[in-house]
Amino acid sequence: MIETRLPEGNEMVVEAVLKNLPLVVEFVEKHLKRTGISLKEKLQICVAVEEIFVNIANYAYAPDRGNATVRVEFSGAPVTVSITFMDNGIPFDPLKRRDPDITLSAEDRRIGGLGIFMTKKTMDSVKYEYKDGQNILTLKKSI
Amino acid sequence: MLNINKQAENGKLVIALEGRLDTTTSPVLEVELKSSLDGVTELIMDFEKLEYISSAGLRVLLSAQKTMNNQGSMKVIHVNETIMEIFEVTGFSDILTVE
Repeated sequence: MIETRLPEGNEMVVEAVLKNLPLVVEFVEKHLKRTGISLKEKLQICVAVEEIFVNIANYAYAPDRGNATVRVEFSGAPVTVSITFMDNGIPFDPLKRRDPDITLSAEDRRIGGLGIFMTKKTMDSVKYEYKDGQNILTLKKSI
Repeated sequence: MLNINKQAENGKLVIALEGRLDTTTSPVLEVELKSSLDGVTELIMDFEKLEYISSAGLRVLLSAQKTMNNQGSMKVIHVNETIMEIFEVTGFSDILTVE
């Protein structure tokens, strides 16, 4: 099942496949548009959303398939945006991954781990929990 | 969406990117680079019209940089402020030659 249109509310359920990445980004951008968010913050949030969703699409259900839920919420003043990803795949905490050594030269740099690292650096908080058979990952950023 | 514009002359290759370099579009650039870097001694990546880059895009840049370290030089030009910040956060500003 590939979703073709965006839901009305602040929650979207899509099959966790790479093909749905543009849709997920579009959904989040639609909600961010209502705020006075800067281009830079929007880009940082989109990068974080991409990294988390791609992780779920690649690892959560492999080699089977399953869904991911994405929820966007706003709270407080100044506004904090909170984006929650939920899936029923294998328990996996992406935050446990060791940070890459960003001081190494091109030759010595290893590929991988960069996405989560960027997410941790640019969001105010990234939280993971496994609860009732679900991976729940929440990004928060005040905007 | 990503558009790739190539201009080659005498060992110099200019690749201008337009749009988004993300998980879904990066493989296209990767294939493009793999097939066009033979004999290239000067690679210039023009980011003037690039709006977005994620870690998937960074990975392709890193691998292009590694290739060019062995056969010439690589430069990234016209990098906008938000993409520059991503380079800084990830240490890519030290790996790449950004102008």
